[in-house]
Amino acid sequence: MFDRIKARACGLGGLAVGALATLPAWAGYERIPGEVDTARGWEELWHEVMVDITIIGIIFAAVTFWFLFRYRRRSPEEEGRQPRLSPMAAIGWAIIPAFAFMADDFFLAAKGWSLWNDYRTVPEDRLEIQLESAMWTWDYTYPNGVRTFNELRVPAGKPILLRMTSRDTIHSHWIPDFRVKEDSMPGRTTYLWFQPKEVGEHVVTCAEYCGHLHSRMTGKLIVMAPEEFDQWYNEAATRIQTASSEQKGGA
Amino acid sequence: MATLREWIFTTDHKKVGILYLIGSIAAFGVAGIMALLMRAELSAPGPTLTDNPTDYNVWLYFHGAAMILGFQIPALTGFLANFLVPLQIGAKDVAFPRLNALSVWLFYAGIILALMTFIIPDPPDVMWTGYPPYSEISVGNTAFYSFTVLLLGFASILGGVNFLTTITFMRAPGLGWNKLNIFTWSTFAAFILQLIFVPVLGTAVTMIMFDKYLGTHFFTPDQGGDVLIYQNLFWFYSHPAVYVILLPFIGIVFDIVATFARNRVFNYKMVVYGGMGGIVLLAGEVWIHHLYVTGMPDWLRVGQMVTTLLISVPVGLLFIGLVGTLYKGSIELKTPMLYAVSVIFLMLIGGLTGIPLAMTALDIHVSDSYFIVGHFHYVMAVSGTFAIFGGVYYLYPKMTGRMYNETIGKISFWISFVGVNIIFFPMMMAGLAGMPRRYWDYSQFEGLEGYHQIMSVGAALIGIGFFLALINWIQALFTGEKAPDNPWGSRSLEWTTTSPPGHGNWPEIPKIAPEWHPYGYGEDAPDPVGGGSLSPAAARERER
Repeated sequence: MFDRIKARACGLGGLAVGALATLPAWAGYERIPGEVDTARGWEELWHEVMVDITIIGIIFAAVTFWFLFRYRRRSPEEEGRQPRLSPMAAIGWAIIPAFAFMADDFFLAAKGWSLWNDYRTVPEDRLEIQLESAMWTWDYTYPNGVRTFNELRVPAGKPILLRMTSRDTIHSHWIPDFRVKEDSMPGRTTYLWFQPKEVGEHVVTCAEYCGHLHSRMTGKLIVMAPEEFDQWYNEAATRIQTASSEQKGGA
Repeated sequence: MATLREWIFTTDHKKVGILYLIGSIAAFGVAGIMALLMRAELSAPGPTLTDNPTDYNVWLYFHGAAMILGFQIPALTGFLANFLVPLQIGAKDVAFPRLNALSVWLFYAGIILALMTFIIPDPPDVMWTGYPPYSEISVGNTAFYSFTVLLLGFASILGGVNFLTTITFMRAPGLGWNKLNIFTWSTFAAFILQLIFVPVLGTAVTMIMFDKYLGTHFFTPDQGGDVLIYQNLFWFYSHPAVYVILLPFIGIVFDIVATFARNRVFNYKMVVYGGMGGIVLLAGEVWIHHLYVTGMPDWLRVGQMVTTLLISVPVGLLFIGLVGTLYKGSIELKTPMLYAVSVIFLMLIGGLTGIPLAMTALDIHVSDSYFIVGHFHYVMAVSGTFAIFGGVYYLYPKMTGRMYNETIGKISFWISFVGVNIIFFPMMMAGLAGMPRRYWDYSQFEGLEGYHQIMSVGAALIGIGFFLALINWIQALFTGEKAPDNPWGSRSLEWTTTSPPGHGNWPEIPKIAPEWHPYGYGEDAPDPVGGGSLSPAAARERER
């Protein structure tokens, strides 16, 4: 009789844990309406995950330390006295932690998925720049034909989309300050986007091993005030036009 | 000379195992020196030891390839498996002893080929991953990389066939599957993975050679190839390879912890079927997490985020088993136990930092940065190496018949334990701050010099710690005290034979009593060999 009650209690407990395991999965789908900022989203989620894993880590470490201290050997002939687990306890010790871990996994997966969607959904009002990487430079081409090397100039306040490919081997365009990176490679076109907000300079660096001068493949991201950017953009375009018309005139 | 002949032509599993140990420790030594060279180069911004980045790239290539393929996998599935598995299952030898000898010499050929990196012109500089197109356009000699991988792969496949057969068919009468040591189970699981996945790696590196030297176009996009195929093939093997390392090192840690806590393994069936079985089932479905920033299809990157996160379930069960084994134990912190317990803490840091890395969106920032390098050194490199060192200390009396020096052992442990934390924790922080991996110089970044200097100090400490351990082992060979048959008071089968065991291990194959269990501590179980009792008191009586 008592065994049957115990079995039922365990079964109910298992069901409850199962329900709990699926509940948090739905909690991740809160999307703040308005402006999307992947870098801020990254910061927040990273912080949350760090809290999560620190708690788990401290629990395990504290229990281990306590056991090491509490059950130290007191006489040379002493042996451990761990009780045998009943079949029910053995199953419970496997199922319940498994569901607890799974609950955490699904919770994090849902949160991660929603941030991932932000990373891959580019806003419509973007500035689209082509990037061709090569050993060991970044070669950017703007919509009006302006080209820059190792220097990405963008206006503040506008989402920037890079469409990337590579001339020789695999490179990876990383802008640490904007928490964004994606490989560029021959034969495939990849993309990344980010949202610069304030005027300033940031490091761009190659994160995929690409040979001899991999560690020198560093560029600059220059975020300019929109008016300044427009000025530079139009002047650079005019320079190209004059240069090409001069070439034509010469020929 | 007779003894040298004996070692070269040996088919005895214990000698083969020791040969594996010597070879893999040699690879560890050279690869470790490479690490020290790299840390010296990075101890200050700008060129320090060399102004040629390719020198640094070759060191880094050798460090990665030799540590994984030449040290960890052979030390765990070669040395420990060979020495321990037949003893733990009560067999006279492995199922195919001559195949075993072939496998160890193939391994030596692979190590020698890898070491030729330092004498050939244009050594390979393709990193242990060997990604094309770089590995195909590099002037470095990629063929050396491919042949090294192929030789070591063959050695491993032979080992896999051998051990799966041995464990399945050569267990002593009465030794059921649920009476196997956790280490034997973990070897079984690791070799299942090795047999399934090694051929994929062999295929990948062979295709690179075909592309580079025979003019095929598997990975050249302008001729219809695709560069990402290689990365998929490579990680389809190399992620399971992480578990080929993880499973046996967790296995030996379980055996050490159970022995030095003289305690039952907590929830044995959960550990074996849930933990190890779960890892084997999930191992092949998570490789895309190495390709989170390569432009793989979005749905695939999200799908494998879920499978990767789920790896925490079996790994968590292994943790509960490990920590639970300490509960109500009788714990003595001898050197092997110190190494084993430290693996719990190192694995905690390494495993938990894997959780943000499993999440595609978070990985976008830290992928290919020092954060990754710190993470996998904690979870695989350092944990694995500490488990191997613990295993060598644990088996030292059985291997050599002599005891190592406990004081030097403990000092060397603490030096290396402090060292690894000084190097790999700041390494993760440097990665978060924007330090990309595989850089020969970092003078273009601001604020990273401090991290790098601390790391270099840590590297020096690790060097001293491991060197002391090596000295301890060599010295104890000549001056160590004579070891008793069962110095740790273990219940497990391998300690019932003499130290060192003779050819054939036991005069007769042991008969396993139904009430005997390798972790049956606290009970008065019969000795499967001598017929007496296995409790430490009885064992002590017999020593006298």
